[in-house]
Amino acid sequence: MRGTEIKPNILRYMDENQRFDGRKLDQLRPIEIEYDVIKTAEGSARVKMGGTEVIAGIKLEIGSPFPDTPDNGALMVGVELLPLASPEFEKGPPSIDSIEMSRVVDRGIRESEAIDTKKLCITKGEKVWMVMVDICPINDDGNMLDVSGLAAIAALKVTKFPEFDGESIDYKKPRKKQLPISKVPIPITVYKVADKLFVDPVAEEQKEYDGRLTVTSTEKGMLCAMQKGGDEPLSADDVDDMVKIAVKKADEIRKKL
Amino acid sequence: MTYKKRYDGRNFDQMREIEAKAGVIDRATGSGYFRIGKTIAYAAVYGPKELHPKFMQNPEKGLLRCHYNMMPFSGQGNRVRPGPNRRSKEIGLVTQKALLPTVNLENYPKAVVDVFIEFPQTDAGSRCAGICAASIALADAGIEMKDLVASVSVGRVDDKIVVDLDYEEEAHEQGGTADMPVAIIPSTGEFTLLQMDGELDPKQVKEALSMAKKACEEIKQAQIKALKDRFEVKK
Repeated sequence: MRGTEIKPNILRYMDENQRFDGRKLDQLRPIEIEYDVIKTAEGSARVKMGGTEVIAGIKLEIGSPFPDTPDNGALMVGVELLPLASPEFEKGPPSIDSIEMSRVVDRGIRESEAIDTKKLCITKGEKVWMVMVDICPINDDGNMLDVSGLAAIAALKVTKFPEFDGESIDYKKPRKKQLPISKVPIPITVYKVADKLFVDPVAEEQKEYDGRLTVTSTEKGMLCAMQKGGDEPLSADDVDDMVKIAVKKADEIRKKL
Repeated sequence: MTYKKRYDGRNFDQMREIEAKAGVIDRATGSGYFRIGKTIAYAAVYGPKELHPKFMQNPEKGLLRCHYNMMPFSGQGNRVRPGPNRRSKEIGLVTQKALLPTVNLENYPKAVVDVFIEFPQTDAGSRCAGICAASIALADAGIEMKDLVASVSVGRVDDKIVVDLDYEEEAHEQGGTADMPVAIIPSTGEFTLLQMDGELDPKQVKEALSMAKKACEEIKQAQIKALKDRFEVKK
């Protein structure tokens, strides 16, 4: 019902290269990044993009490796769409949106090899470090996926190992050694409505798109993960344009980290 | 041996530093933030809105639901698994009971008011911080209330009665500890949350409760200031 009222207005504005909040179509909202905001986490960051605010926290634990990768540490990413942050998020098991976001953010970090999981091996086949990335929204005003991905890599960049004596972890002792992060993958989702492409939607715009493409890229414009969403198909030209926008915007964000 | 000096150097009747804010979550009907030392609580109120399923609706009065949740990275040790557990459900229940007497639910027949309380970081005293944040959030949402609710934990460390135990004090071994989370309606002095674990004699309970009352007066002032800062017309 709401769509029928809002969509024509979104398009009317976009015809003049404008958004509700006065931005250009490819313009991000102001970004604020704060590091080490959570003392109980081994690494953390609070990211605000316009009205959207999330906290990412990293916990490091010891676990056993997967049987097929006995000398690799493990990475786990979870985006929890807490009902605190939006009337549209519900209590209960993770929604399909939260699962998709978790997996897309996970793929960006994993496939970019930003974390060298071989360096997380303690004893081959027995003990490895497990990197658990959790992302929790405080307020959702659109673009949760991109903000989550940014918060995750920001938190990872300041993550330090807790004290481990070979047997157990002492979380109380001061953390010293930095988690090695070699790349900075940034996911950017480009949305398509009618023939317009735009980035960083506010909550209202987030509901009114035809198609979207999330492109995660690292330094030098290398792509490491993609995800197409939305009900309408994308043409080859669309994909080409969307990738270009995503890489440009990712570079813009990476400078702020 | 006696407990002579607190780990962080506070007086026995001194709380950790507190910080209160109202209106910190735009999408919510009302919201609050409450920090005591390193324990941080966010609360968001959604509603009053129609309660579903319909058979749960009460034509006489609305329903207040409270949800307590720790973020996965907020614990002192390992990662906290997401999702509800027995502990969080019980705390949700006692939080609801702590707030209920101040909320005029008869004004909201057939409706529900949801309170979501989240903790990005904890260092003991989380249920009390959550109640303080939730009470600010309810007021911020414009829910009709008789008073705010202020909450703090009191207890014993070895031979001393203390207010606002932190994690280190809760884990104090020599002489044992007792922890008693309390919530108070400041205008009447009535208790709406009272739990205790550990050992206390009846005299110590009395002493601890009067200590809690004093601390809650200070908390109430911070809550009021948070709401005033949000709503006062700037000259």
